Amino acid sequence: MEKLVLYIFYFVVFPGLIFTAVIGLLAAWVDRKVTARVQYRVGPPWYQNFADFFKLLGKETVMPEGAKGTGFLISPLIGLAGITLVSTIVWVINLNLAPSFVGDIIVVLYLLTLPSLAVILGASASRNPVAGVGASREMKLILGYELPFVLAMIVPILKSGGMLRFDSLLAYQISTRPFLYSISGVIAFIIVIICMQAKLTFVPFDIPEAETEIMAGAYIEYSGPALAIFKLTKAMMLFAVPVFIITVFWGGMHFNSLASAIHAILKYLIILVVVVLIKNTNPRLRIDQAIKLFWGRLTIWAIVAILFAMAGL
Amino acid sequence: MKLKTWGLKKSIWVFHVSSGACNNCDIEVLDCLTPKFDIERFGMVLVGSVRHADVLLCCGAITRQSAPRIKRLYEQAAKPCFVVAIGGCACSGGIFKGSYSIAGPYDKIIPVHAYIPGCPPKPEAIIAGVVKLLSTLK
Ligand code: SF4
Repeated sequence: MEKLVLYIFYFVVFPGLIFTAVIGLLAAWVDRKVTARVQYRVGPPWYQNFADFFKLLGKETVMPEGAKGTGFLISPLIGLAGITLVSTIVWVINLNLAPSFVGDIIVVLYLLTLPSLAVILGASASRNPVAGVGASREMKLILGYELPFVLAMIVPILKSGGMLRFDSLLAYQISTRPFLYSISGVIAFIIVIICMQAKLTFVPFDIPEAETEIMAGAYIEYSGPALAIFKLTKAMMLFAVPVFIITVFWGGMHFNSLASAIHAILKYLIILVVVVLIKNTNPRLRIDQAIKLFWGRLTIWAIVAILFAMAGL
Repeated sequence: MKLKTWGLKKSIWVFHVSSGACNNCDIEVLDCLTPKFDIERFGMVLVGSVRHADVLLCCGAITRQSAPRIKRLYEQAAKPCFVVAIGGCACSGGIFKGSYSIAGPYDKIIPVHAYIPGCPPKPEAIIAGVVKLLSTLK
């Protein structure tokens, strides 16, 4: 019973929903601020994303005519639940909150697709042709990036000798060295960063929500609290996915001393800024170009990385 | 309640509506979005879908063709949603007043919350108008 309460606390407050949401919204502000500085602008104040969120909570939710109500309203919650669970699992392992808890890398890989699936579900339920175009692009994008993403994830598993559990992957990296500091690790890490860009639907892979082309794409019919939850999910992904990647490739995040805490925060900030800079220096790809990139070059490089890992490099 | 209003004041997502403007007002609205004026400082963002909009920036006298569409657009927006009429045409009909093909200035078709006159108004005037509108919010 006590355990159940503790797990619910982990899920809802720390390090789950509320913690991830607050840090995620701040990370989304870093994104907007860096973008503004790149464009020689001043940019929004730090509380901007909180204001956006509270404003959207206070607005009306318009139900489009002919939309499937349950699917339309429930899909934002599915995405939110998925990303909250990812964040909870990754942080519980990183902070060693529950020693008996075993996270599994395959579960997290599944859970990470939930937000994208939720977008597809919501867009298809909204009965809007533009949202339909967005949903179909999102679907193709998932098919595209999942292949190199999963292949690259095999590299750390191979290098650790077939470990699928987070805690053992982390322990292995602490006892030897992070997987990133090897040839195969670097190649796999770069591939994962590019796939993450697509997972976050950031430029150059913001194809499903191309603002200037299909308006907001999949989100076009959403308004009010439902849209707020979608935006929150995206902000949380900006926090949870890089932490997941740091855990798998870069030796995780530790907070047992000041130096290691600064080290951990720096790791996250480096990945965040790299993502934002990629976003700001690239034009949007067409969906066929994106698929060609993922299934062509990136998959080949992922296979090369796996071969290197098998050779022990 | 207070948090909601604070959010609304600090985060205004604008949607650009053109209903038969001579295109000059539209260009001034686009000017507001350039780095020089940087309206993102105030939390204003241009959105692509009217469902996300908090403020409709409306330009141009309404032609008979566009009148039913403007009405529909306003109904589609999630409330609370404010309408700002930009330019002489949108406020009163301007140089097109009395023309056979004009269905009226904006306040004949949908409720208007702020008028920004000028032919076209400067970007500074547009930003000032929107900020003034928001300062009336309680
Ligand atoms: S107010 Fe002047 S500039 Fe604006 S649409 Fe009318 S005629 Fe054009």
